[in-house]
Amino acid sequence: MLEFIQQLINGLSLGAIYALIALGYTMVYGIILLINFAHGDIMMVGAYVGFFSISLLGSNIIVAMVFAMVTCALLGVVIEKVAYRPLRNSTRIAALITAIGMSLFLEYVTLYFLTAQQRVYPASAFPLHKYEIAGLVISNKDIFIIVSAVIMMIILQYIIKRTKTGKAMRAVSLDKEAAVLMGISVDRIVSITFAIGSALAAAAGVMIGLYYNAINPLMGIIPGLKAFVAAVLGGIGLIPGAMVGGFLMGILETLVSGYWSSMYRDAVAFGVLILILLIKPTGLFGKNTGEKV
Amino acid sequence: MLQIKEIDVYYGAIHALKKLSLEVEQGSIVTLIGANGAGKTTTLKSISGLLRPKTGSIIFKDNDISKVAPEKIVGLGISQVPEGRRVFSTMTVMENLEMGAYLRKDKKGTEEDMENVFTRFPRLKERRKQLAGTLSGGEQQMLAIGRALMARPQLMLMDEPSMGLAPLLVKEIFSIIKDINERGTTILLVEQNANMALSIADKAYVIETGEIVLQGNAQELMNSPEVKKAYLGG
Repeated sequence: MLEFIQQLINGLSLGAIYALIALGYTMVYGIILLINFAHGDIMMVGAYVGFFSISLLGSNIIVAMVFAMVTCALLGVVIEKVAYRPLRNSTRIAALITAIGMSLFLEYVTLYFLTAQQRVYPASAFPLHKYEIAGLVISNKDIFIIVSAVIMMIILQYIIKRTKTGKAMRAVSLDKEAAVLMGISVDRIVSITFAIGSALAAAAGVMIGLYYNAINPLMGIIPGLKAFVAAVLGGIGLIPGAMVGGFLMGILETLVSGYWSSMYRDAVAFGVLILILLIKPTGLFGKNTGEKV
Repeated sequence: MLQIKEIDVYYGAIHALKKLSLEVEQGSIVTLIGANGAGKTTTLKSISGLLRPKTGSIIFKDNDISKVAPEKIVGLGISQVPEGRRVFSTMTVMENLEMGAYLRKDKKGTEEDMENVFTRFPRLKERRKQLAGTLSGGEQQMLAIGRALMARPQLMLMDEPSMGLAPLLVKEIFSIIKDINERGTTILLVEQNANMALSIADKAYVIETGEIVLQGNAQELMNSPEVKKAYLGG
């Protein structure tokens, strides 16, 4: 039993990371029905920005995270403007293929300039401490990841539920034409959505750097896909769904690694995707509304 | 207040409006009646900027608005109550009304206007925390009208407000429209329910396959044999 609880604790921090990435997928999908396959790579860029701000500028972890979030928010806005906006009114498959192209572009530009060499997240940024409470071990890294992810999710919920911009985001995702009739600029709301989603991904990137200690230009692929599975699991387009889906995926992954073999954790993650699509394609929280007319 | 001058609007290859001209005088209720697919909604969408006329101009208070971005139009003083109400279903009644005032910066005036909407529609006040999608059809129509009023429009475009409502509710909605007009808002009303529309309008236009075929004083049109035959059931 103790071991099981220990595994759950280990899964929480990974889950928090997946949840942050999944939020970006789900928000963008909610607004423009696009699966932004470059999202995992934006997370990777965030990890690098964090890395360099620690190693070159000597900033502490929180400054590094904020720096990564701001940079990636801008990057997300630019990507949307350059790559996706011109395709807003074309077929969804065109935008999807562009997203895959953008993903490869980010990966290989990073490879070109920074090489494929793994970089170790500087330990100085976050001296590791482990605490033992009633036989359970938890590290300050885990606590930091979970607490900061939860704070960001609370802020996000506040923005979406309470602020005028958040309400406008919901209005646009419900009915673009009616939103325009209110005077809401859809372009502006889409930009804000990309900015927020990319900032959350950047934070997740820095957290992954801390969690796995190492980063590389292709690090965004697998966590990106798993976070996508998390978003589908919770119901794509639904913000609470992405949060719950992310935590479930993280916990599932650590349970599989802990009780079975870490070799199977990716297979299980994508098995979940197949199962969800077969049994309940709308996800755990999705209502079966059919296609909107 | 509003002059549409010979606009041509296309939906892809379909020529939806053909040299359509129409005028709305300040303070009046003007109605545009016609059958399904005649081009009524297209006309309103063109005014709101959701569709772009290929030729012609739309003059609102001396400015051509035919090339203004749709999200800017409401700021100029034109609000639309769209066909089928289009309320934001998973947002509350209050949030829907707030969206109507999206461009307004005066917090106090906005709050006052929300109170005014609630005074006009007490049922919306009772349900202000409820999701718009859970309201009845009539209540949703009231919400759509209230939402448009929140922008303090000078000109209100209404697209089939009677659609899908019980006769008693239709009467109520039309008396509300008349009341809104009496308080100073100019109204352009699009309707299939020609009888009701003509009964409250000052001026009327009849549209058929994208063209205005008849126009004049609403009372006169009501008694004209052609209108009677085609739109008022004999």
